[in-house]
Amino acid sequence: MAFSAGALPSASSKALAGLARRKGLAALALAIALLPLALPNNYTYEIAILVGLNAIVCVGLNLLVGYAGQISLGHAGFFGLGAYGSAILAARYGWPPLASLAAATAAVALLAWAIGRPILRLRGHYLAMATLGFGIIVSIVLATEDRITGGPDGMAVPPLTVLGFAVSGEKTWYWLVGALLIASVWVAQNLIASPRGRALRALHGSEFAAGALGIDAARHKLSIFVVSAVFAAAAGALTAHYAGFITPAKASFLHSIELVTMVVFGGMASTYGAVLGAAVLTTLPQFLTVFKEYEMVLLGAVMMLTMIFMPQGLAPTLARALGPALEKLLAAARRKPV
Amino acid sequence: MLLRAENLSRRFGGVAAVQEVCLELEAGAVHSIIGPNGAGKTTLLNMLSGIYRPDSGRIFLEETELSSLPSHEFAAAGIGRTFQNLQIFFNMSALENVMAGRWLHERCSLGAALLRLPGLARAERRCRDAAAALLESVGLGRWLDADSDAMPYGALKRLEIARALAAQPKLLLLDEPAAGLNATETGEIDALIRTLAARGITVVLVEHNMKLVMEVSQHVIVLDYGRKLAEGDPRAVSEDRRVIEAYLGTDAQ
Repeated sequence: MAFSAGALPSASSKALAGLARRKGLAALALAIALLPLALPNNYTYEIAILVGLNAIVCVGLNLLVGYAGQISLGHAGFFGLGAYGSAILAARYGWPPLASLAAATAAVALLAWAIGRPILRLRGHYLAMATLGFGIIVSIVLATEDRITGGPDGMAVPPLTVLGFAVSGEKTWYWLVGALLIASVWVAQNLIASPRGRALRALHGSEFAAGALGIDAARHKLSIFVVSAVFAAAAGALTAHYAGFITPAKASFLHSIELVTMVVFGGMASTYGAVLGAAVLTTLPQFLTVFKEYEMVLLGAVMMLTMIFMPQGLAPTLARALGPALEKLLAAARRKPV
Repeated sequence: MLLRAENLSRRFGGVAAVQEVCLELEAGAVHSIIGPNGAGKTTLLNMLSGIYRPDSGRIFLEETELSSLPSHEFAAAGIGRTFQNLQIFFNMSALENVMAGRWLHERCSLGAALLRLPGLARAERRCRDAAAALLESVGLGRWLDADSDAMPYGALKRLEIARALAAQPKLLLLDEPAAGLNATETGEIDALIRTLAARGITVVLVEHNMKLVMEVSQHVIVLDYGRKLAEGDPRAVSEDRRVIEAYLGTDAQ
Protein backbone atom coordinates (compact mmCIF):
# COMPACT_ATOMS: atom_id res chain seq x y z
CA MET A 1 0.00 0.00 0.00
CA ALA A 2 2.85 2.34 0.85
CA PHE A 3 4.09 2.19 -2.72
CA SER A 4 0.74 2.88 -4.35
CA ALA A 5 1.48 6.53 -5.07
CA GLY A 6 -0.74 6.24 -8.14
CA ALA A 7 0.46 9.14 -10.21
CA LEU A 8 4.01 7.86 -10.25
CA PRO A 9 3.68 4.47 -11.97
CA SER A 10 0.97 5.78 -14.28
CA ALA A 11 3.06 8.77 -15.37
CA SER A 12 6.14 6.64 -15.99
CA SER A 13 4.18 4.00 -17.91
CA LYS A 14 2.58 6.74 -19.99
CA ALA A 15 5.98 8.18 -20.80
CA LEU A 16 7.19 4.68 -21.66
CA ALA A 17 4.24 4.05 -23.98
CA GLY A 18 4.81 7.38 -25.71
CA LEU A 19 8.53 6.66 -25.97
CA ALA A 20 7.89 3.19 -27.39
CA ARG A 21 5.57 4.71 -29.98
CA ARG A 22 8.10 7.32 -31.08
CA LYS A 23 11.01 4.85 -30.95
CA GLY A 24 9.13 2.30 -33.03
CA LEU A 25 8.35 4.92 -35.64
CA ALA A 26 11.98 6.11 -35.64
CA ALA A 27 13.18 2.52 -36.01
CA LEU A 28 10.82 1.96 -38.93
CA ALA A 29 12.00 5.18 -40.61
CA LEU A 30 15.61 4.15 -40.08
CA ALA A 31 14.96 0.70 -41.56
CA ILE A 32 13.30 2.26 -44.60
CA ALA A 33 16.16 4.77 -44.98
CA LEU A 34 18.89 2.10 -44.72
CA LEU A 35 17.21 -0.69 -46.69
CA PRO A 36 18.33 0.65 -50.14
CA LEU A 37 21.94 -0.16 -49.13
CA ALA A 38 20.91 -3.81 -49.23
CA LEU A 39 18.90 -3.60 -52.45
CA PRO A 40 21.20 -4.50 -55.35
CA ASN A 41 18.82 -4.09 -58.29
CA ASN A 42 15.42 -2.99 -59.55
CA TYR A 43 13.92 -6.40 -58.87
CA THR A 44 14.68 -6.19 -55.15
CA TYR A 45 13.39 -2.60 -55.09
CA GLU A 46 10.18 -3.90 -56.64
CA ILE A 47 9.76 -6.46 -53.85
CA ALA A 48 10.41 -3.77 -51.23
CA ILE A 49 7.76 -1.54 -52.83
CA LEU A 50 5.25 -4.40 -52.83
CA VAL A 51 6.07 -5.08 -49.17
CA GLY A 52 5.34 -1.42 -48.41
CA LEU A 53 2.05 -1.39 -50.29
CA ASN A 54 0.89 -4.64 -48.66
CA ALA A 55 2.00 -3.32 -45.28
CA ILE A 56 -0.21 -0.24 -45.71
CA VAL A 57 -3.23 -2.48 -46.36
CA CYS A 58 -2.33 -4.67 -43.37
CA VAL A 59 -1.88 -1.72 -40.99
CA GLY A 60 -5.44 -0.67 -41.87
CA LEU A 61 -6.84 -4.20 -41.77
CA ASN A 62 -5.21 -4.79 -38.39
CA LEU A 63 -7.20 -1.88 -36.94
CA LEU A 64 -10.37 -3.75 -37.87
CA VAL A 65 -9.29 -7.36 -37.24
CA GLY A 66 -6.63 -7.08 -34.55
CA TYR A 67 -7.93 -4.20 -32.46
CA ALA A 68 -11.70 -4.11 -33.00
CA GLY A 69 -11.92 -7.90 -33.38
CA GLN A 70 -14.07 -7.82 -36.52
CA ILE A 71 -13.14 -10.16 -39.35
CA SER A 72 -13.13 -9.19 -43.02
CA LEU A 73 -12.55 -11.72 -45.78
CA GLY A 74 -13.36 -9.14 -48.45
CA HIS A 75 -10.65 -6.53 -48.12
CA ALA A 76 -9.16 -7.44 -51.49
CA GLY A 77 -12.50 -6.20 -52.82
CA PHE A 78 -11.74 -2.71 -51.50
CA PHE A 79 -8.16 -3.01 -52.73
CA GLY A 80 -9.41 -4.01 -56.20
CA LEU A 81 -12.07 -1.31 -56.35
CA GLY A 82 -9.52 1.35 -55.39
CA ALA A 83 -7.16 0.02 -58.05
CA TYR A 84 -9.75 -0.29 -60.83
CA GLY A 85 -11.56 2.89 -59.83
CA SER A 86 -8.44 4.98 -60.17
CA ALA A 87 -7.29 3.09 -63.28
CA ILE A 88 -10.60 3.54 -65.07
CA LEU A 89 -10.94 7.24 -64.22
CA ALA A 90 -7.38 7.88 -65.38
CA ALA A 91 -7.27 5.62 -68.45
CA ARG A 92 -10.82 5.92 -69.80
CA TYR A 93 -11.81 9.40 -68.64
CA GLY A 94 -8.45 11.11 -68.71
CA TRP A 95 -8.47 12.23 -65.05
CA PRO A 96 -5.09 13.21 -63.63
CA PRO A 97 -4.01 10.09 -61.68
CA LEU A 98 -3.73 11.86 -58.32
CA ALA A 99 -7.34 13.06 -58.63
CA SER A 100 -8.50 9.62 -59.80
CA LEU A 101 -6.73 8.03 -56.82
CA ALA A 102 -8.43 10.40 -54.38
CA ALA A 103 -11.84 10.02 -56.03
CA ALA A 104 -11.63 6.20 -56.13
CA THR A 105 -10.59 6.07 -52.47
CA ALA A 106 -13.43 8.40 -51.46
CA ALA A 107 -15.93 6.29 -53.43
CA VAL A 108 -14.70 3.12 -51.74
CA ALA A 109 -15.09 4.83 -48.34
CA LEU A 110 -18.71 5.60 -49.21
CA LEU A 111 -19.30 2.03 -50.40
CA ALA A 112 -17.70 0.58 -47.26
CA TRP A 113 -20.02 2.74 -45.18
CA ALA A 114 -23.08 1.60 -47.15
CA ILE A 115 -22.32 -2.13 -46.96
CA GLY A 116 -20.84 -1.91 -43.45
CA ARG A 117 -24.09 -0.60 -41.98
CA PRO A 118 -26.06 -3.81 -42.56
CA ILE A 119 -23.29 -6.43 -42.37
CA LEU A 120 -21.47 -5.21 -39.25
CA ARG A 121 -24.51 -6.26 -37.22
CA LEU A 122 -23.31 -9.78 -37.89
CA ARG A 123 -20.68 -11.42 -35.74
CA GLY A 124 -17.95 -14.01 -36.11
CA HIS A 125 -18.54 -16.57 -38.84
CA TYR A 126 -21.55 -14.68 -40.19
CA LEU A 127 -19.56 -11.48 -40.65
CA ALA A 128 -16.84 -13.54 -42.33
CA MET A 129 -19.42 -14.98 -44.77
CA ALA A 130 -20.91 -11.56 -45.54
CA THR A 131 -17.54 -9.91 -46.23
CA LEU A 132 -16.52 -12.95 -48.26
CA GLY A 133 -19.67 -12.55 -50.35
CA PHE A 134 -18.86 -8.89 -50.94
CA GLY A 135 -15.32 -9.74 -52.10
CA ILE A 136 -16.57 -12.41 -54.48
CA ILE A 137 -19.15 -10.08 -56.03
CA VAL A 138 -16.46 -7.44 -56.62
CA SER A 139 -14.06 -9.87 -58.28
CA ILE A 140 -16.81 -11.31 -60.50
CA VAL A 141 -17.95 -7.84 -61.59
CA LEU A 142 -14.37 -6.78 -62.35
CA ALA A 143 -13.79 -9.93 -64.39
CA THR A 144 -17.03 -9.78 -66.39
CA GLU A 145 -17.50 -6.05 -67.07
CA ASP A 146 -14.80 -6.36 -69.71
CA ARG A 147 -15.78 -3.28 -71.69
CA ILE A 148 -14.58 -1.00 -68.91
CA THR A 149 -12.29 -3.27 -66.88
CA GLY A 150 -10.64 -5.29 -69.64
CA GLY A 151 -12.05 -8.49 -68.14
CA PRO A 152 -9.87 -11.33 -66.80
CA ASP A 153 -6.89 -10.09 -68.87
CA GLY A 154 -6.79 -6.86 -66.88
CA MET A 155 -6.10 -3.32 -68.11
CA ALA A 156 -3.20 -0.94 -68.51
CA VAL A 157 -2.96 1.88 -65.95
CA PRO A 158 -1.37 5.30 -66.63
CA PRO A 159 1.56 6.26 -64.40
CA LEU A 160 1.05 8.43 -61.33
CA THR A 161 1.73 12.13 -61.77
CA VAL A 162 2.14 14.57 -58.91
CA LEU A 163 1.94 18.29 -59.81
CA GLY A 164 2.67 17.46 -63.42
CA PHE A 165 5.70 15.28 -62.70
CA ALA A 166 5.39 11.60 -63.47
CA VAL A 167 6.34 9.32 -60.58
CA SER A 168 8.49 6.75 -62.29
CA GLY A 169 11.44 4.56 -61.54
CA GLU A 170 11.81 2.07 -58.73
CA LYS A 171 13.76 4.46 -56.48
CA THR A 172 11.17 7.24 -56.60
CA TRP A 173 8.39 4.76 -55.86
CA TYR A 174 10.40 3.27 -53.04
CA TRP A 175 10.67 6.61 -51.21
CA LEU A 176 7.05 7.49 -51.90
CA VAL A 177 5.74 4.17 -50.56
CA GLY A 178 8.18 4.31 -47.62
CA ALA A 179 6.90 7.76 -46.62
CA LEU A 180 3.28 6.64 -46.97
CA LEU A 181 3.93 3.55 -44.86
CA ILE A 182 5.43 5.68 -42.08
CA ALA A 183 2.43 8.00 -42.27
CA SER A 184 0.05 5.01 -42.12
CA VAL A 185 1.76 3.55 -39.07
CA TRP A 186 1.76 6.96 -37.38
CA VAL A 187 -1.94 7.49 -38.02
CA ALA A 188 -2.86 3.95 -36.93
CA GLN A 189 -0.91 4.27 -33.70
CA ASN A 190 -2.44 7.66 -32.98
CA LEU A 191 -5.88 6.13 -33.30
CA ILE A 192 -5.07 3.18 -31.05
CA ALA A 193 -3.59 5.45 -28.36
CA SER A 194 -6.72 7.65 -28.33
CA PRO A 195 -10.04 7.23 -26.51
CA ARG A 196 -11.48 5.92 -29.79
CA GLY A 197 -8.80 3.25 -29.93
CA ARG A 198 -9.67 2.22 -26.40
CA ALA A 199 -13.35 2.09 -27.36
CA LEU A 200 -12.47 -0.27 -30.25
CA ARG A 201 -10.42 -2.54 -28.02
CA ALA A 202 -13.21 -2.39 -25.43
CA LEU A 203 -15.87 -3.63 -27.82
CA HIS A 204 -13.47 -6.38 -28.87
CA GLY A 205 -13.13 -7.36 -25.19
CA SER A 206 -16.85 -7.29 -24.40
CA GLU A 207 -19.61 -5.63 -26.40
CA PHE A 208 -21.95 -5.80 -23.40
CA ALA A 209 -19.53 -3.99 -21.14
CA ALA A 210 -18.66 -1.45 -23.85
CA GLY A 211 -22.36 -0.66 -24.26
CA ALA A 212 -22.74 -0.27 -20.50
CA LEU A 213 -20.00 2.40 -20.64
CA GLY A 214 -21.83 4.38 -23.33
CA ILE A 215 -19.76 3.10 -26.25
CA ASP A 216 -21.93 2.73 -29.37
CA ALA A 217 -20.39 -0.48 -30.72
CA ALA A 218 -22.20 -0.34 -34.08
CA ARG A 219 -20.92 3.16 -34.84
CA HIS A 220 -17.35 2.39 -33.86
CA LYS A 221 -17.27 -0.80 -35.89
CA LEU A 222 -18.62 1.04 -38.92
CA SER A 223 -16.11 3.88 -38.67
CA ILE A 224 -13.11 1.52 -38.35
CA PHE A 225 -14.45 -0.62 -41.21
CA VAL A 226 -14.48 2.50 -43.40
CA VAL A 227 -10.99 3.57 -42.24
CA SER A 228 -9.55 0.14 -43.01
CA ALA A 229 -11.27 0.12 -46.42
CA VAL A 230 -9.65 3.51 -47.17
CA PHE A 231 -6.19 2.08 -46.39
CA ALA A 232 -6.91 -0.85 -48.74
CA ALA A 233 -8.36 1.29 -51.55
CA ALA A 234 -5.52 3.82 -51.48
CA ALA A 235 -2.88 1.07 -51.47
CA GLY A 236 -4.77 -0.67 -54.29
CA ALA A 237 -4.81 2.47 -56.42
CA LEU A 238 -1.10 3.05 -55.77
CA THR A 239 -0.32 -0.57 -56.67
CA ALA A 240 -2.18 -0.22 -59.97
CA HIS A 241 -0.35 2.99 -60.93
CA TYR A 242 2.98 1.57 -59.85
CA ALA A 243 2.63 -1.72 -61.75
CA GLY A 244 1.06 0.01 -64.76
CA PHE A 245 -1.28 -2.92 -65.05
CA ILE A 246 -4.07 -4.44 -63.00
CA THR A 247 -5.94 -7.77 -63.14
CA PRO A 248 -9.00 -9.00 -61.20
CA ALA A 249 -6.71 -11.41 -59.29
CA LYS A 250 -5.84 -8.45 -57.02
CA ALA A 251 -9.49 -8.34 -55.92
CA SER A 252 -9.82 -12.10 -55.53
CA PHE A 253 -10.81 -14.14 -52.50
CA LEU A 254 -7.27 -15.53 -52.42
CA HIS A 255 -5.82 -12.03 -52.06
CA SER A 256 -8.26 -11.30 -49.19
CA ILE A 257 -7.03 -14.42 -47.41
CA GLU A 258 -3.42 -13.41 -48.04
CA LEU A 259 -4.05 -10.04 -46.39
CA VAL A 260 -5.71 -11.52 -43.30
CA THR A 261 -2.93 -14.12 -43.09
CA MET A 262 -0.30 -11.37 -43.06
CA VAL A 263 -2.07 -9.67 -40.15
CA VAL A 264 -2.47 -12.87 -38.12
CA PHE A 265 1.05 -14.09 -38.96
CA GLY A 266 2.64 -10.82 -37.88
CA GLY A 267 0.60 -10.64 -34.68
CA MET A 268 -2.91 -9.29 -34.18
CA ALA A 269 -3.39 -6.01 -32.35
CA SER A 270 0.19 -5.00 -33.18
CA THR A 271 0.81 -2.37 -35.83
CA TYR A 272 4.43 -3.40 -36.33
CA GLY A 273 3.24 -6.99 -36.43
CA ALA A 274 1.09 -6.10 -39.44
CA VAL A 275 4.13 -4.52 -41.14
CA LEU A 276 6.32 -7.50 -40.25
CA GLY A 277 3.70 -10.00 -41.44
CA ALA A 278 3.40 -8.18 -44.76
CA ALA A 279 7.19 -8.07 -45.12
CA VAL A 280 7.76 -11.76 -44.38
CA LEU A 281 4.85 -13.14 -46.38
CA THR A 282 5.61 -10.90 -49.39
CA THR A 283 9.32 -11.72 -49.52
CA LEU A 284 9.28 -15.36 -48.43
CA PRO A 285 7.64 -16.65 -51.65
CA GLN A 286 10.38 -14.86 -53.63
CA PHE A 287 13.10 -16.75 -51.73
CA LEU A 288 11.17 -20.00 -51.94
CA THR A 289 11.06 -19.89 -55.74
CA VAL A 290 14.40 -21.76 -55.73
CA PHE A 291 12.42 -24.77 -54.50
CA LYS A 292 10.34 -24.61 -57.67
CA GLU A 293 7.27 -26.85 -57.41
CA TYR A 294 7.67 -27.23 -53.64
CA GLU A 295 7.37 -23.48 -53.10
CA MET A 296 3.74 -23.43 -51.95
CA VAL A 297 4.21 -26.53 -49.78
CA LEU A 298 7.10 -24.87 -47.97
CA LEU A 299 5.22 -21.60 -47.56
CA GLY A 300 2.32 -23.52 -46.04
CA ALA A 301 4.67 -25.39 -43.72
CA VAL A 302 6.34 -22.17 -42.52
CA MET A 303 2.94 -20.68 -41.74
CA MET A 304 1.70 -23.76 -39.90
CA LEU A 305 4.85 -24.00 -37.80
CA THR A 306 4.71 -20.29 -36.97
CA MET A 307 1.11 -20.57 -35.80
CA ILE A 308 1.87 -23.71 -33.73
CA PHE A 309 4.93 -22.27 -32.01
CA MET A 310 4.00 -18.58 -32.01
CA PRO A 311 0.20 -18.47 -31.78
CA GLN A 312 0.41 -14.76 -30.83
CA GLY A 313 2.13 -14.02 -34.14
CA LEU A 314 5.62 -12.92 -34.99
CA ALA A 315 5.90 -9.43 -33.49
CA PRO A 316 4.47 -10.08 -29.97
CA THR A 317 6.55 -13.27 -29.64
CA LEU A 318 9.74 -11.49 -30.67
CA ALA A 319 8.94 -8.57 -28.37
CA ARG A 320 8.47 -10.92 -25.42
CA ALA A 321 11.69 -12.76 -26.22
CA LEU A 322 13.79 -9.65 -26.80
CA GLY A 323 11.99 -7.26 -24.44
CA PRO A 324 13.80 -8.19 -21.18
CA ALA A 325 17.20 -8.13 -22.93
CA LEU A 326 16.45 -4.70 -24.40
CA GLU A 327 15.27 -3.40 -21.03
CA LYS A 328 18.49 -4.56 -19.39
CA LEU A 329 20.47 -2.81 -22.10
CA LEU A 330 18.50 0.42 -21.61
CA ALA A 331 18.88 0.26 -17.83
CA ALA A 332 22.63 -0.25 -18.20
CA ALA A 333 22.84 2.69 -20.58
CA ARG A 334 20.91 4.85 -18.13
CA ARG A 335 23.14 3.89 -15.21
CA LYS A 336 26.40 4.72 -16.96
CA PRO A 337 26.21 8.55 -17.08
CA VAL A 338 25.42 8.81 -13.33
CA MET B 1 -37.50 9.66 -7.71
CA LEU B 2 -34.38 8.69 -9.65
CA LEU B 3 -35.69 5.68 -11.54
CA ARG B 4 -39.23 4.62 -12.27
CA ALA B 5 -40.18 1.41 -14.06
CA GLU B 6 -43.76 0.65 -15.01
CA ASN B 7 -45.07 -2.87 -15.58
CA LEU B 8 -41.88 -4.34 -17.02
CA SER B 9 -42.32 -7.74 -18.64
CA ARG B 10 -39.97 -9.95 -20.57
CA ARG B 11 -40.46 -13.49 -21.88
CA PHE B 12 -37.93 -15.99 -23.21
CA GLY B 13 -39.83 -18.47 -25.35
CA GLY B 14 -42.41 -19.98 -23.01
CA VAL B 15 -40.81 -18.62 -19.84
CA ALA B 16 -42.09 -15.37 -18.37
CA ALA B 17 -38.80 -14.23 -16.82
CA VAL B 18 -40.17 -10.94 -15.54
CA GLN B 19 -43.89 -10.09 -15.30
CA GLU B 20 -45.45 -6.71 -14.65
CA VAL B 21 -42.74 -5.46 -12.30
CA CYS B 22 -42.99 -1.86 -11.12
CA LEU B 23 -40.10 -0.09 -9.41
CA GLU B 24 -39.61 3.28 -7.80
CA LEU B 25 -36.05 3.92 -6.73
CA GLU B 26 -35.29 6.84 -4.45
CA ALA B 27 -32.08 8.75 -5.19
CA GLY B 28 -29.13 8.27 -2.83
CA ALA B 29 -30.24 4.95 -1.36
CA VAL B 30 -29.03 1.37 -1.71
CA HIS B 31 -31.79 -0.80 -3.20
CA SER B 32 -31.41 -4.57 -3.22
CA ILE B 33 -33.19 -7.04 -5.44
CA ILE B 34 -33.32 -10.54 -3.97
CA GLY B 35 -35.08 -13.77 -4.77
CA PRO B 36 -34.43 -17.47 -5.41
CA ASN B 37 -32.42 -18.56 -8.47
CA GLY B 38 -34.40 -17.97 -11.65
CA ALA B 39 -36.63 -15.33 -10.02
CA GLY B 40 -35.80 -12.84 -12.80
CA LYS B 41 -33.29 -10.60 -10.99
CA THR B 42 -30.66 -10.51 -13.72
CA THR B 43 -33.30 -10.19 -16.45
CA LEU B 44 -34.69 -7.16 -14.61
CA LEU B 45 -31.20 -5.67 -14.31
CA ASN B 46 -30.59 -6.29 -18.01
CA MET B 47 -33.74 -4.34 -18.83
CA LEU B 48 -32.74 -1.50 -16.50
CA SER B 49 -29.42 -1.22 -18.36
CA GLY B 50 -30.85 -1.54 -21.88
CA ILE B 51 -29.26 -4.90 -22.67
CA TYR B 52 -32.70 -6.52 -22.98
CA ARG B 53 -35.55 -4.60 -24.50
CA PRO B 54 -38.69 -5.08 -22.38
CA ASP B 55 -41.61 -6.82 -24.16
CA SER B 56 -43.82 -4.26 -22.47
CA GLY B 57 -43.52 -1.56 -19.83
CA ARG B 58 -41.57 1.68 -19.57
CA ILE B 59 -38.42 2.89 -17.86
CA PHE B 60 -37.76 6.49 -16.78
CA LEU B 61 -34.56 7.93 -15.36
CA GLU B 62 -35.57 11.15 -13.66
CA GLU B 63 -38.00 12.47 -16.29
CA THR B 64 -36.30 10.93 -19.36
CA GLU B 65 -37.92 7.87 -20.90
CA LEU B 66 -35.33 5.22 -21.82
CA SER B 67 -37.59 2.14 -22.27
CA SER B 68 -36.35 0.59 -25.52
CA LEU B 69 -33.25 2.64 -26.31
CA PRO B 70 -29.96 0.77 -26.94
CA SER B 71 -27.72 0.10 -23.94
CA HIS B 72 -25.20 2.86 -24.72
CA GLU B 73 -28.04 5.40 -24.40
CA PHE B 74 -28.87 4.04 -20.94
CA ALA B 75 -25.22 4.56 -20.03
CA ALA B 76 -25.22 8.07 -21.48
CA ALA B 77 -28.32 8.89 -19.41
CA GLY B 78 -26.42 7.90 -16.24
CA ILE B 79 -26.99 4.19 -15.59
CA GLY B 80 -23.83 2.13 -15.02
CA ARG B 81 -23.49 -1.53 -14.19
CA THR B 82 -21.29 -4.52 -13.43
CA PHE B 83 -21.90 -8.08 -14.57
CA GLN B 84 -22.60 -11.33 -12.78
CA ASN B 85 -20.19 -13.15 -15.09
CA LEU B 86 -17.22 -10.80 -15.34
CA GLN B 87 -17.13 -8.73 -18.52
CA ILE B 88 -13.60 -7.39 -18.10
CA PHE B 89 -11.74 -6.20 -21.20
CA PHE B 90 -9.10 -8.90 -20.91
CA ASN B 91 -7.22 -7.42 -23.87
CA MET B 92 -6.28 -4.39 -21.73
CA SER B 93 -4.49 -3.51 -18.51
CA ALA B 94 -6.43 -2.67 -15.35
CA LEU B 95 -5.77 1.04 -15.91
CA GLU B 96 -6.91 0.88 -19.54
CA ASN B 97 -10.12 -0.87 -18.48
CA VAL B 98 -10.96 2.07 -16.24
CA MET B 99 -9.80 4.62 -18.85
CA ALA B 100 -12.20 2.96 -21.32
CA GLY B 101 -14.89 3.69 -18.76
CA ARG B 102 -14.21 7.42 -19.23
CA TRP B 103 -15.46 7.34 -22.84
CA LEU B 104 -18.58 9.41 -22.15
CA HIS B 105 -16.43 12.17 -20.66
CA GLU B 106 -13.20 11.93 -22.69
CA ARG B 107 -14.38 11.16 -26.19
CA CYS B 108 -12.76 12.57 -29.32
CA SER B 109 -13.49 12.81 -33.03
CA LEU B 110 -11.99 10.40 -35.55
CA GLY B 111 -9.94 13.17 -37.14
CA ALA B 112 -8.49 14.34 -33.83
CA ALA B 113 -7.60 10.74 -32.97
CA LEU B 114 -5.92 9.95 -36.31
CA LEU B 115 -3.82 13.14 -36.33
CA ARG B 116 -3.27 13.25 -32.56
CA LEU B 117 -4.34 16.89 -32.34
CA PRO B 118 -2.67 18.88 -29.51
CA GLY B 119 -5.59 18.86 -27.05
CA LEU B 120 -5.61 15.07 -27.01
CA ALA B 121 -2.39 14.52 -25.07
CA ARG B 122 -3.64 16.74 -22.25
CA ALA B 123 -7.04 15.00 -22.21
CA GLU B 124 -5.28 11.62 -22.10
CA ARG B 125 -3.20 12.67 -19.11
CA ARG B 126 -6.35 13.83 -17.33
CA CYS B 127 -8.10 10.57 -18.18
CA ARG B 128 -5.16 8.50 -16.95
CA ASP B 129 -4.96 10.38 -13.65
CA ALA B 130 -8.70 10.05 -13.05
CA ALA B 131 -8.54 6.31 -13.78
CA ALA B 132 -5.53 5.81 -11.51
CA ALA B 133 -7.29 7.67 -8.68
CA LEU B 134 -10.38 5.48 -9.11
CA LEU B 135 -8.33 2.29 -8.96
CA GLU B 136 -6.71 3.60 -5.78
CA SER B 137 -10.13 4.34 -4.32
CA VAL B 138 -11.31 0.74 -4.72
CA GLY B 139 -8.05 -0.56 -3.27
CA LEU B 140 -6.45 -1.66 -6.55
CA GLY B 141 -3.52 0.78 -6.47
CA ARG B 142 -0.95 -1.96 -6.81
CA TRP B 143 -2.60 -3.39 -9.93
CA LEU B 144 -2.52 -0.20 -12.04
CA ASP B 145 -0.39 -1.52 -14.88
CA ALA B 146 -1.26 -5.18 -14.45
CA ASP B 147 -2.63 -7.10 -17.40
CA SER B 148 -6.21 -7.72 -16.37
CA ASP B 149 -5.98 -11.43 -17.25
CA ALA B 150 -3.27 -11.80 -14.62
CA MET B 151 -5.41 -10.42 -11.78
CA PRO B 152 -7.17 -12.53 -9.13
CA TYR B 153 -10.95 -12.91 -9.20
CA GLY B 154 -11.63 -10.68 -6.19
CA ALA B 155 -9.61 -7.84 -7.72
CA LEU B 156 -11.45 -8.20 -11.03
CA LYS B 157 -14.78 -7.80 -9.24
CA ARG B 158 -13.57 -4.45 -7.87
CA LEU B 159 -12.03 -3.52 -11.22
CA GLU B 160 -15.48 -3.81 -12.79
CA ILE B 161 -16.89 -1.48 -10.15
CA ALA B 162 -14.07 1.04 -10.73
CA ARG B 163 -14.67 0.90 -14.48
CA ALA B 164 -18.41 1.48 -14.03
CA LEU B 165 -17.68 4.41 -11.67
CA ALA B 166 -15.39 5.97 -14.28
CA ALA B 167 -18.48 6.80 -16.32
CA GLN B 168 -19.80 8.76 -13.29
CA PRO B 169 -23.23 7.11 -13.21
CA LYS B 170 -26.15 8.45 -11.21
CA LEU B 171 -27.43 4.92 -10.79
CA LEU B 172 -25.08 1.94 -10.43
CA LEU B 173 -26.40 -1.59 -10.93
CA LEU B 174 -24.28 -4.26 -9.22
CA ASP B 175 -25.04 -7.83 -10.30
CA GLU B 176 -23.82 -10.16 -7.53
CA PRO B 177 -20.67 -8.23 -6.62
CA ALA B 178 -19.89 -10.61 -3.73
CA ALA B 179 -20.49 -13.91 -5.58
CA GLY B 180 -17.48 -16.18 -5.19
CA LEU B 181 -15.71 -13.90 -2.71
CA ASN B 182 -14.46 -14.92 0.73
CA ALA B 183 -15.56 -13.18 3.95
CA THR B 184 -12.75 -10.60 3.91
CA GLU B 185 -13.35 -9.68 0.28
CA THR B 186 -17.10 -9.50 0.88
CA GLY B 187 -16.38 -7.14 3.76
CA GLU B 188 -14.44 -4.91 1.34
CA ILE B 189 -17.37 -4.87 -1.08
CA ASP B 190 -19.67 -4.01 1.83
CA ALA B 191 -17.48 -1.04 2.74
CA LEU B 192 -17.21 0.02 -0.90
CA ILE B 193 -20.99 0.06 -1.38
CA ARG B 194 -21.37 2.21 1.73
CA THR B 195 -18.76 4.65 0.39
CA LEU B 196 -20.62 4.90 -2.92
CA ALA B 197 -23.90 5.60 -1.15
CA ALA B 198 -22.18 8.22 0.99
CA ARG B 199 -20.94 9.89 -2.20
CA GLY B 200 -24.53 10.15 -3.38
CA ILE B 201 -24.53 7.37 -5.96
CA THR B 202 -27.77 5.40 -6.01
CA VAL B 203 -27.04 1.67 -5.98
CA VAL B 204 -29.13 -1.30 -7.10
CA LEU B 205 -27.70 -4.49 -5.67
CA VAL B 206 -28.58 -7.97 -6.87
CA GLU B 207 -27.07 -10.35 -4.35
CA HIS B 208 -27.51 -13.77 -2.75
CA ASN B 209 -25.46 -12.94 0.34
CA MET B 210 -28.28 -11.97 2.74
CA LYS B 211 -25.95 -10.63 5.41
CA LEU B 212 -24.54 -8.14 2.90
CA VAL B 213 -28.01 -7.21 1.63
CA MET B 214 -29.39 -6.64 5.11
CA GLU B 215 -26.40 -4.57 6.16
CA VAL B 216 -26.09 -2.15 3.28
CA SER B 217 -29.58 -1.65 1.84
CA GLN B 218 -32.29 0.76 2.82
CA HIS B 219 -34.83 -0.80 0.46
CA VAL B 220 -35.26 -4.45 -0.52
CA ILE B 221 -37.34 -5.79 -3.41
CA VAL B 222 -38.15 -9.50 -3.47
CA LEU B 223 -38.80 -11.27 -6.77
CA ASP B 224 -40.26 -14.74 -7.16
CA TYR B 225 -41.19 -16.41 -10.44
CA GLY B 226 -40.69 -13.11 -12.26
CA ARG B 227 -43.14 -11.19 -10.07
CA LYS B 228 -42.57 -8.72 -7.30
CA LEU B 229 -43.40 -10.57 -4.11
CA ALA B 230 -42.68 -7.92 -1.50
CA GLU B 231 -40.68 -4.78 -0.88
CA GLY B 232 -39.75 -2.52 2.00
CA ASP B 233 -36.97 -1.94 4.49
CA PRO B 234 -34.71 -4.95 5.16
CA ARG B 235 -36.24 -5.83 8.52
CA ALA B 236 -39.84 -5.77 7.28
CA VAL B 237 -38.95 -7.87 4.25
CA SER B 238 -37.03 -10.46 6.27
CA GLU B 239 -40.05 -10.95 8.51
CA ASP B 240 -42.55 -11.09 5.65
CA ARG B 241 -44.35 -14.45 5.63
CA ARG B 242 -44.52 -14.71 1.82
CA VAL B 243 -40.78 -14.08 1.56
CA ILE B 244 -39.96 -16.78 4.09
CA GLU B 245 -42.22 -19.19 2.20
CA ALA B 246 -40.59 -18.38 -1.13
CA TYR B 247 -37.15 -19.04 0.28
CA LEU B 248 -37.85 -22.00 2.52
CA GLY B 249 -40.97 -23.61 1.08
CA THR B 250 -44.59 -23.48 2.21
CA ASP B 251 -44.22 -25.74 5.22
CA ALA B 252 -41.76 -23.49 7.01
CA GLN B 253 -43.38 -22.20 10.17
